[in-house]
Amino acid sequence: MILEDFVALSPILNLGAFSLVTMLAIAFRRHHARIAVFAFMSCLLTLATLPWAATATPRAVTTLLVVDGHALLYMGLVLSATMVVIALSYRYLTIQFHELEGVEEYYLLLLLATFGGLVLTAAVHFVSFFLGLELLGLSLCSLIGYLRTRRHPLEAAVKYLLLSITASAFLLFGMALLYFESGSMTFRGVGAIVKQAQAVPGLWLGGFVLVLVGIALKLGLAPFHMWIPDVYQGAPTPITAYIATVSKGALVALLLRLATDVGVLELPPLVHLFSLLAVASMVTGNVLALLQQNVKRLLAYSSITHFGYVLVALLAGGPAAAEAVTFYVIVYCAMTLGAFGVVTVYSSEGGEKDRVEDYQGLFWTRPWLAAMLALSLLSLAGIPVTAGFIGKFYAIAAGVDAGLWWLVLALIGNSVVSLYYYLRLIVTLFGEETTPATVPQGPQAQAGEATSWTAVFSLGLVASIIVLLGVYPEPLIQLIRESVSNLLMVAVQRP
Amino acid sequence: MILWLLILIPILAAPLAWMGQQWSRNAPRWIAIGTLSVDCLLTLLLLSQDHSVQTSGHGSWLVESHSSWIPRWGISLHLGLDGLSVILILLTAFIGLIAIVASWTEIQSRVGFFHCNVLLAMGGVIGVFLAIDLFLFFFFWELMLIPMYLLIAIWGHAHRRSASFKFFLFTQAGSLLLLVAIIALALLHQHATGRPSFDYADLMELTVTHGMAWWLMLAFLIGFVVKLGAPPFHSWLPDTYTEAPTGASIIFAGILAKTGAYGLLRFTIPLFPGVMSEFAPIVMGLGAVGILYGAVLACCQTDIKRLVAYSSISHMGFFLLGAFAGTELALQGAVMQLVAHGLSIGALFMLAGALQERFQTRDMRQMGGLWGMTPRLATMALFFACASLGLPGLANFIGEFLVLFGSYSAQPVLTILASLGMVMAAIYSLGMMQRTFFGQQRETRIASDLSNAAFGTLLLIAVLQIWLGLYPKTVLITTKPVMNMLVQPVVASPNLIHQPSESVSFSTIFTSQVSAP
Repeated sequence: MILEDFVALSPILNLGAFSLVTMLAIAFRRHHARIAVFAFMSCLLTLATLPWAATATPRAVTTLLVVDGHALLYMGLVLSATMVVIALSYRYLTIQFHELEGVEEYYLLLLLATFGGLVLTAAVHFVSFFLGLELLGLSLCSLIGYLRTRRHPLEAAVKYLLLSITASAFLLFGMALLYFESGSMTFRGVGAIVKQAQAVPGLWLGGFVLVLVGIALKLGLAPFHMWIPDVYQGAPTPITAYIATVSKGALVALLLRLATDVGVLELPPLVHLFSLLAVASMVTGNVLALLQQNVKRLLAYSSITHFGYVLVALLAGGPAAAEAVTFYVIVYCAMTLGAFGVVTVYSSEGGEKDRVEDYQGLFWTRPWLAAMLALSLLSLAGIPVTAGFIGKFYAIAAGVDAGLWWLVLALIGNSVVSLYYYLRLIVTLFGEETTPATVPQGPQAQAGEATSWTAVFSLGLVASIIVLLGVYPEPLIQLIRESVSNLLMVAVQRP
Repeated sequence: MILWLLILIPILAAPLAWMGQQWSRNAPRWIAIGTLSVDCLLTLLLLSQDHSVQTSGHGSWLVESHSSWIPRWGISLHLGLDGLSVILILLTAFIGLIAIVASWTEIQSRVGFFHCNVLLAMGGVIGVFLAIDLFLFFFFWELMLIPMYLLIAIWGHAHRRSASFKFFLFTQAGSLLLLVAIIALALLHQHATGRPSFDYADLMELTVTHGMAWWLMLAFLIGFVVKLGAPPFHSWLPDTYTEAPTGASIIFAGILAKTGAYGLLRFTIPLFPGVMSEFAPIVMGLGAVGILYGAVLACCQTDIKRLVAYSSISHMGFFLLGAFAGTELALQGAVMQLVAHGLSIGALFMLAGALQERFQTRDMRQMGGLWGMTPRLATMALFFACASLGLPGLANFIGEFLVLFGSYSAQPVLTILASLGMVMAAIYSLGMMQRTFFGQQRETRIASDLSNAAFGTLLLIAVLQIWLGLYPKTVLITTKPVMNMLVQPVVASPNLIHQPSESVSFSTIFTSQVSAP
């Protein structure tokens, strides 16, 4: 390893070092606010190293990792999302976590999970892929069950643990088969054998399908989605937001690289499999979301649908697809953070506010909070002025460009269906207020309800990103185009 | 720049109207009225200042504004104004004013937010009429939906929830088809020239293979026809028009339906001239079906707003018939029909709303003999019922007459069927009068007559109706260049349904006749 390697790898190293320091700091002295700020600063400083790392890219650091524009872009996404989650968590934890000991490790676990996420974005080797995934998964497992005296989080944690183990088992077996056929563990090495051979070896195909199943389990694509609603509902809301954004975002980064390096889209059976997953995810997520009475579950099912849309874009193949997928994932992270952020902030006032009735008439009592939720939901529904519209536009454009008419039609049909449940929630926000139980409590209750400035700041940031990307997406498009060209170029040049 | 002002004035005034609630109950109303008046005056200024409005055409815009937006996709902020858009923007601002006056006493809760939504919707609609970049067009097209949705969902009548859902899902399904078609067009442009473009002028020059054009045309057609409410895409319309508060009903029928019509005239017909001329008989058939279907159902309604809603389907059928007849005369008639219908339906919904406000019911069986109690309301209702049934001398007559006259050469059978709709219009319009204002008085409650403001507004609409009925040249001459241009590609295409020379001579004769007085 030479200096250049360290420069290129600096974001990952940096966050790793900060995680260690956080751990030591917790051992030294427990202080909730201080550790939270420290975790936040760690992410911020790591984010600051990205431009520096960009000077050394694209660069393959060992055979395990490649740091290129693609990786750095997703690292930026993962880190920013983590920062928003940390900002949302502080108040939520102080209210929800009554046992005041041991709240600080939450941030340490969050940093470790993000560390795993960073590794995933840069992984080009099945070993680094697996390491990153496990780091992310194990940290998440403890985070989901963090409110350890309650029933739902524990149940969710166990479910997530089982899911993780299953996914790992599939992955490992798949990797073994791939290695057996190709004698290599790098993505390109695994793909090379298919490009040379006349016919695809059956075991190779089986192995790859198993790997895909592992990824689909983690991404929650139908029919591997069973865990999603329960975990989303049971986990502390900031962690739900984290699973929905950071964990899935990093995994999409990996999937994109895997698909490009292996050349998945040149193999018809795999294309059919992807199409099937896409349609199943879109339909299942939508149908199950239609009658949900729980906001977190509703968003969980909608996330299944959205990853179906992402798959449609992915299937288009080529640079346009990578561009569309990346744009969609970034947008999706912003709007999901917005939606879960509102649930978090609203729940930070005592009690989990996750039933639809809790949001009845919210617009008339808490206009800003409700407007934020409405904005996020409209964005999820893909209505203009919000980023979601440009995202959907991108997905459709990628699909149309590749001539995937049936998938595009499925996407449209599902968007219309999904409108129904988003609208149902929005109309609830604007409905008649329920008998206001909080009014007689007077000004003191009002003061208690005041939202913390960190939450206001982070939600404001997310809202402005949603609107900005919806109105003026050009800068991000340029950034993504550079990173995508990077992804494809490195894929060609690497030894 | 002045075009952006037209759009931005209502949008920027919207939050102001919302905040105005704090100062006084009527502040939002006055802000909204002021804003729309400014827009109205600005448009009139454009119309009067630019004499070229009268002469230009052939793809050139009277006023244009162009700046880059998303170069990666060839999307630009491109606005253009021509005779058609000027007329429709004027109509929009005017109908908006009517809607605000109509909801003056009806809307008493959350006044600020109501007017905020009205203004946002107006901004979106004006954007639709101005945008000539297809992406930008779609942007505004969707932008106007959310405020309209909220208007029904918050201030609507008893079944507002399901009505608002139905409205949104229907129109959104159509819109998404439209979006796919727009994207496909842009990508076809990319395949042809190497760069994607959403610009109207670029896409006009694009040649699309026959099969592709067929599908794209279908998507463009469905996307717009859903808004018009022509069968079989109409089932959202009666519910939505009925359940919306009066102001929103006026905007829906008066303006939103017109955006669909505008889309057909601006995009569907010129973008796919060849396929369109093959498909035109089917669309005209839809129009004729719409005319008869709307009229028959209007005849057997007991709910006065539903009656007006079905009459709207019937009138929009005339538009479809005329717009696809392919003769300039019929096209001119279709545009005239848009303006006339906007005015008459706005007034009718205002009257229906006034009745509902006074008697807390829309059921005509519970009304009757109201002439003596509310003479002003009754006179106005009689006047607009006559306008709706197409009494000569009023604007609707000109529209329907021109459409029928112009379509006969293309589709004689359909035109004869369609003219039956005018007979039925007399039945349901007069039936409505009969059941509400004449006959035995059932309602014993004392109700006040129309307020001066409402009466004045209705009088103003009546004056406009008479003016356009007697002197339609005002509208016809402004839109003539655009309509001329629309006819030409059809004339140029090989597969013709009608004789071009005949239609041209017809129109020149008529225009000269019209301009004679």
